[in-house]
Amino acid sequence: MEKITSEAQLQERISHCSACLQAKYEGKDGKKAIVVCGGTGCLSSDSEGIIEEFEKLIKEYHLEDKCTVNVVGCFGFCSMGPFVKVFPGETLYTKVKVSDAKEIIEKDIIGGEIVERLLFTDPVTKEKVAAQKDINFYKLQKRDIALKGNDHIDPESLDEALAYDTFVGLNRALHMTQQEVIDEVSKSGLRGRGGAGFPTGRKWQFAYNEQNEEKYIICNGDEGDPGAFMDRSIVEGNPFNVIEGMMIAGYAIGAKNGYFYIRAEYPVAVERLQKAIKILEDVGLLGDHILGTDFSFRCHIRLGAGAFVCGEETALLNSIEGKRGMPRPRPPFPAVKGLWDKPTVINNVETLANVPYILKEGWEKYAAIGTDDSKGTKVFALGGKVNNIGLVEVPMGTTLRQLIYDIGGGIPDGKKFKAIQTGGPSGGCLTEADLDTPIDYGSLVARGSMMGSGGAIVMDEDNCMVDVAKFYMTFICDESCGKCSPCRIGTKRLLEILTKITDGRGTMQDLDDLENLARLVAQNSLCGLGQTAPNPILSTLRSFRSEYEAHVIEQECPAHVCKNLIKYWIDPEKCKKCSMCARQCPAQAITGEPGKTPFVIDSSKCIKCGACLSGCRFGAISKI
Amino acid sequence: MTHLQPSAVKQITEICNRYKDEPTPLMMILSDIQKEYGYIPPEVQELVSSLTGVPVSEIYGVVTFYSFFSLTPKGKYVIGVCLGTACYVKGAQLVLDKFSELLGIEPGQTTEDGLITLDILRCVGACALAPAVRVNDKVHPQVKPSMCQTIIDEIKKAEVSA
Amino acid sequence: MALVNISIEGQHYQVDDSLTVLEACRECGYNVPSLCSFHHDECSLASCRVCLVEVKGAKGLVASCAYPVNEGMEITISSPKAVEARRTSVELILSNHRKNCLQCPKEGHCELLKVAEMVGARDGMYEGEMSEATLDELAPALVRDTSKCILCGRCVERCKKAQGISILGFENRGFNTIVSPIENRSFATSPCIQCGQCVNVCPTGALMEHSEIDKVDAAFKAGKKVIVQVAPAVRSAIAEEFGEPIGTNGTGKMFAALHRLGFYRVFDTNFGADLTIMEEANELLERIKGKGVLPQITSCSPGWINYLEYYYPEIIPHVSTCKSPHMMQGATIKSYFAEKHEIDPKDIFVVSIMPCVAKKYERQRSQMPDDVDAVLTTRELAKLIKRAGINWNKLPEEGPDMDLLGEYSGAGVIFGVTGGVMEAALRTAYYWMTGKEYAAINFTEVRGLEGVKEATVDFDGTPVSVAVTSGMKNAKPLLEQVKAGTSPYAFIEVMCCPGGCINGGGQPYVHPLLLPDEEPDILDTYCAKRSAVLYSEDERQAVRQSHNNPDIQKLYSEYLGKPGSEKAEELLHTSYVSDRAKWPDVK
Repeated sequence: MEKITSEAQLQERISHCSACLQAKYEGKDGKKAIVVCGGTGCLSSDSEGIIEEFEKLIKEYHLEDKCTVNVVGCFGFCSMGPFVKVFPGETLYTKVKVSDAKEIIEKDIIGGEIVERLLFTDPVTKEKVAAQKDINFYKLQKRDIALKGNDHIDPESLDEALAYDTFVGLNRALHMTQQEVIDEVSKSGLRGRGGAGFPTGRKWQFAYNEQNEEKYIICNGDEGDPGAFMDRSIVEGNPFNVIEGMMIAGYAIGAKNGYFYIRAEYPVAVERLQKAIKILEDVGLLGDHILGTDFSFRCHIRLGAGAFVCGEETALLNSIEGKRGMPRPRPPFPAVKGLWDKPTVINNVETLANVPYILKEGWEKYAAIGTDDSKGTKVFALGGKVNNIGLVEVPMGTTLRQLIYDIGGGIPDGKKFKAIQTGGPSGGCLTEADLDTPIDYGSLVARGSMMGSGGAIVMDEDNCMVDVAKFYMTFICDESCGKCSPCRIGTKRLLEILTKITDGRGTMQDLDDLENLARLVAQNSLCGLGQTAPNPILSTLRSFRSEYEAHVIEQECPAHVCKNLIKYWIDPEKCKKCSMCARQCPAQAITGEPGKTPFVIDSSKCIKCGACLSGCRFGAISKI
Repeated sequence: MTHLQPSAVKQITEICNRYKDEPTPLMMILSDIQKEYGYIPPEVQELVSSLTGVPVSEIYGVVTFYSFFSLTPKGKYVIGVCLGTACYVKGAQLVLDKFSELLGIEPGQTTEDGLITLDILRCVGACALAPAVRVNDKVHPQVKPSMCQTIIDEIKKAEVSA
Repeated sequence: MALVNISIEGQHYQVDDSLTVLEACRECGYNVPSLCSFHHDECSLASCRVCLVEVKGAKGLVASCAYPVNEGMEITISSPKAVEARRTSVELILSNHRKNCLQCPKEGHCELLKVAEMVGARDGMYEGEMSEATLDELAPALVRDTSKCILCGRCVERCKKAQGISILGFENRGFNTIVSPIENRSFATSPCIQCGQCVNVCPTGALMEHSEIDKVDAAFKAGKKVIVQVAPAVRSAIAEEFGEPIGTNGTGKMFAALHRLGFYRVFDTNFGADLTIMEEANELLERIKGKGVLPQITSCSPGWINYLEYYYPEIIPHVSTCKSPHMMQGATIKSYFAEKHEIDPKDIFVVSIMPCVAKKYERQRSQMPDDVDAVLTTRELAKLIKRAGINWNKLPEEGPDMDLLGEYSGAGVIFGVTGGVMEAALRTAYYWMTGKEYAAINFTEVRGLEGVKEATVDFDGTPVSVAVTSGMKNAKPLLEQVKAGTSPYAFIEVMCCPGGCINGGGQPYVHPLLLPDEEPDILDTYCAKRSAVLYSEDERQAVRQSHNNPDIQKLYSEYLGKPGSEKAEELLHTSYVSDRAKWPDVK
């Protein structure tokens, strides 16, 4: 591959690549470009098979001069995947199967007609929408900062990344002093996207101030929040952008080496990152004297191994150092004494993905997006009980209502919205009353939750909030490193109290004890994990205390989730006496004579597995 | 160390040598061994200790800390039920319970014939496909308890035909 | 080093800027409770959260053990928030701790109990499921009871930093975390050298010596002639058990107490130490003359012998074959002493009071005959004394029984401190090589508590290079040299515990929290204080060299012949195994 060792070479290559990519998407080469999503979600629905099928069909139909097949990082609208998009025209086909390829080739590529049945149907208006930009899910988004290029470029192609102006920001940074770069980032208002929202420029400044030959920049890709996959998609979609962000950070603080710490559960992300690093080394954009300057930088990858706590900065450092991922006390802060005791900056993937934009466009343009408190955009993994599930990038200040109803398309099956959980196990649940809260660091905290890394799980009336709190506490108990006693023992005790309540053995005193201990565990714990672990309990206790009380006083789970507090019941009026439920029951708890008497559940034998409920075709069985 | 096959000793030595120039490469070594053999028994840890100079107690501490590492062999097929939040709120616990019941093992355990291990996963990032179940590398989307038997049958069928 | 101005509870103080908040508080007279922290720079995990205080301007409460002081810092210990926080941490720890305090062998020395009292922990708070526990009583020297463990990590750090072997480590995570040898194995089936340094730092009863008091009781009950011998280092620390300041010489009261405990004879292992010097110095001279390899390495520390067999079996030929002093003395009691008194050795039960827990293992080695029947630590002796109702303060000063094995030299006394064996051996070897006594008596160049000391001593014109080391981590480089054949020394003294036996695994605990009358820096000074006791005892003796001990001279002339004789070989020497893969190696 041709080397890029000077500014001139970079600019020449960028303008060449931009022209090429533009030509491809505008069809100037006379070809249609079929673009297939290569994100993990779509890959697991066999998008690779779709690509193979297209390639096969193109040969069969001799369409080599008419179209090309391309893979891109991620469209973000995961519940509608796999995606196939056809340029020019930007027609977006959703939920495409391998068997649909033929129709797309015949109708669209050859016939020039849109395949109506594969278009997206708006869940609210029920209308078919052809172009991606017209789909509500995308309308309010601003996907050109952190998710830059994700649905346009081949994540394994440097040329396509360059076509999206990658390395323009780095090039500008290299013309500035280190302090100027730090100032630029400080003025942009960028704050850490990993959870706590610490100002990125300030973090860099601390490390820059340290006098040391050896410094490190670490990209924290140990996205452990269950139900969040922003970082994975960012790396998978445009690894070059993240590497560029890391390089700018490295230049600013004076680091010559950068480490990516990525979850082992993300094989695709790791592979793409490895390839990208190799390409950049080959062209000379990583190594010594980058773009002919005195700046030298190398990237390394280290894998996580399944420990949520390693998302905590100091635990992550221990993990890279080959130790148990147990957090260290601070001070000393990593910026002073971090990896191998050297000054170290740890930035999350999304944070670094924001940096190239700031350097390329200037801080003023970045700071113009968002609110006073929070600048730029935030990527959320929108999931749970919402129609449109996927990865969204919205300007800070977008309201939760816009997120759930406009972008997310509302709650499925006509159910009632109950809560949205942000911030994962460190965050809290926000309710109907909070829906008009603008998304920014301060507002979410003021409402009892937090930004977190970007998980946004919507819950409906079928979700029990006590059970949700118990779910998070189970997670935390499993993931507590065991180092400090308040977290190791305290979270266990919190879980025991919650279990008592969901089992129907709780007392009103337990609710007070729960709240009190939750507060103390947060206060006493060593690291961020323990300090925020009680948040799901505290926020649900605050917003859904009556639901807790129902479990205690009425021995009832209003959402019919907690097993010990529900009963399955067969409505004799609706029962068709078909015996399907009795045959499904693993506990022989259902009796009746087929065709003669309605069936009855013996609740003393019932193990509440729900097999009868899902087995009944007449809706005769319900939870009470 | 005497229990290890010479070929295993050779390969583990090769893995350790692979990262000779890396500072503190323990996690990388263990990841490679885990991927290669499916588990990291104490004899292997002792070998790694003698090759790297890291005390075996620290290696053992690391192996038992990270859920990706295993002390015992996993089944040929690993059924991983995602219990990430998105999957949980859509009923993944019921799916896990069902697998547990059908296989007669608790999460983390392997069936007696060594064929299937049942594991809990913490978000595979397939939230749009919730509840998601991963069998080795294949992700099954939107799994309901009623589909569990079919998934197990598929495994058994694949095993018979293999 | 500079001074900074801080305030604690509104009072102004100047303290050294290298201190942590906890150290500064203690120095200024505020006893902040703590569990996980131990010595400065040793075990600063900040994990127990028992030492939380408020520091103005800091984010949240501060773990004082790991937080450095700085100029203008305002510390509040007794704000309601900090008081509640500390109490909660302790109560949570207690909720996962087996609280059978009345039966716990740690009684009187439990820091957790002390801390619980300090914070006002309430009964029955946060009760719930307890972590699965393991009781390991298989090892001869050590007992591990995880139901008492609070995961402070001090033992993990000590094992690593003192001995460099890291037998103990953290395993599993979260509520299932334990501190253990790998696979939660027993100490008996791990390459643990059973030195007991972990026991010395454990704040609770999770790590204890394997008590042999019951064995001694049974021997008395069975009508045995129970003969006790007491090691040199015991006298440097036993008084601490009775509230006396560290550095108090307990020799006289110790013998007085032993006489009151019903022993048939009370002897001093210093005699055995003198005997060891006779054999060991002889062996050294033989080696120098060409019989065997150099350097010769001492063999009186059983923890070191364990280390040798597990980690450096290649250098076994370098190690003196001498048994350790108390084993030599045991052998002498059951042969020479028994014959002289016409006692059937089977009726004799020898108890060694040792500063050591590894000696409990040593006496059970398959290479050892039954020379010694029970080993009690200094701490166990204190229990016997307390159990008998003896008022330490009212005890007179007495000495050992002067019956064949009663005399000892000053050289024997200093065995208890690092460099002491070397110095004692040099005094005798000098005499044997040059034909005259070393005029200065003391070889001060091998004294001091450094991890490694080197010296070249002048044997009347012949230079002899020697080295002294204690703590296996310190010893390792010297042993590597021996293994590589590049060691420049003729003689090396190796002691397992850092500082030697005065800091042995069976010595009284030095836990600052439980020693309010000691200076806050006691952990930096206690070894020197204890070693001063031994050197002053040495100075007090009329006889300063082992070969001049009249009882030793008599033993050789009447029984053994000369050092290295066939009889001496049979009774006083032993052998080592190069394959310790098969654990445990006890009878």
